[in-house]
Amino acid sequence: MEDLRTFLAACARGDLLPWAGQAAAAERFHRTVGSVEEEALELGLMPARYQRNRRTISTAEQLKLFRSRVVIVGAGGLGGYVVEELARLGVGTLVVADPDTFEEHNLNRQLLASSTNLGAPKAEAAAERVGTINPAVRVVPLRSSFARENGAALLSGADAAVDALDTVTARVELARACREAGVPMVHGAIAGWYGQMATQMPGEDITPFIYPPGREAKGVETKLGNPAFTPAVVASLQVAEVCKILLGQGRCLQRRMLFLNLLEMEFEEVPIASGAAPGDPG
Amino acid sequence: MRITVRLFATFRKGRFDAQIREVPPGTTVARVVEEVNLPGKEIGIVLVNSRHAGLSKVLADGDTLAIFPLVGGG
Repeated sequence: MEDLRTFLAACARGDLLPWAGQAAAAERFHRTVGSVEEEALELGLMPARYQRNRRTISTAEQLKLFRSRVVIVGAGGLGGYVVEELARLGVGTLVVADPDTFEEHNLNRQLLASSTNLGAPKAEAAAERVGTINPAVRVVPLRSSFARENGAALLSGADAAVDALDTVTARVELARACREAGVPMVHGAIAGWYGQMATQMPGEDITPFIYPPGREAKGVETKLGNPAFTPAVVASLQVAEVCKILLGQGRCLQRRMLFLNLLEMEFEEVPIASGAAPGDPG
Repeated sequence: MRITVRLFATFRKGRFDAQIREVPPGTTVARVVEEVNLPGKEIGIVLVNSRHAGLSKVLADGDTLAIFPLVGGG
């Protein structure tokens, strides 16, 4: 039998592997397109779909992304864009947890919602969408909400977690679980024209600063709703953070939180002190 | 004494972005929140001179108080 690596080398154009070659190799050698992708990257071949990444992400780094596992908690406004961008980036395994199904009022902003999948589970829609854009990426859809009881299992083996939840209570729980599991977490939240994001690295605790104890379970989003662009902006910032975490590059938004005001185009950095947390509840 | 109050996002509507206010000594964050009529349930982060503070924090002359609404949507 012809060797997979020889086959891939023959399919390559320079050091790029066209999708047709990747798909043909998978069929011929009874492999998944994902495992062919890993093999190609190990050989120094860049799947051609990633060629426009190249000045930013090298072939070795692309392999690192492929071998990474990111847990996205929430597949709504933020989560939909996060899944989309991580899949296009080529992160190998995406665990997507969301207990909900699509409703009509999701259509104004949730990338995974369409007029044909109303009523369908959001986590499944994430798997379906990724299957059409980058079948090399494995999606593990979980139709469950995040809770203290399933936190450790959900985060097992994760290189990073994305907080795309929609209640303060659940966000605090996720941050706690990430601390306990030693998993870096990228927080993002939105309300109307406004949003915020911050990164919690292992050993840090951002929750007393971003959500001081005693605050309400929901914020001003209950009054403002969320338009199309706010989740896209905040989710993209979150993905940039995840990419840096996975590659060990750049500087993350640590010990500070970014507060975005898209109405007046103001971006305010809120310091997150490493010392004592603020005192009394609001 | 004089303090500077900075409001963010929705809190600016019908109020101000930043304002210098004359307040009596002993004024707390909670007192300022009440005076500018902010909805207590919507309050998120509170900073005094860029440090996180609780509502009972007593302000000093020259302090800058910054108040953000709670943002939790996804």
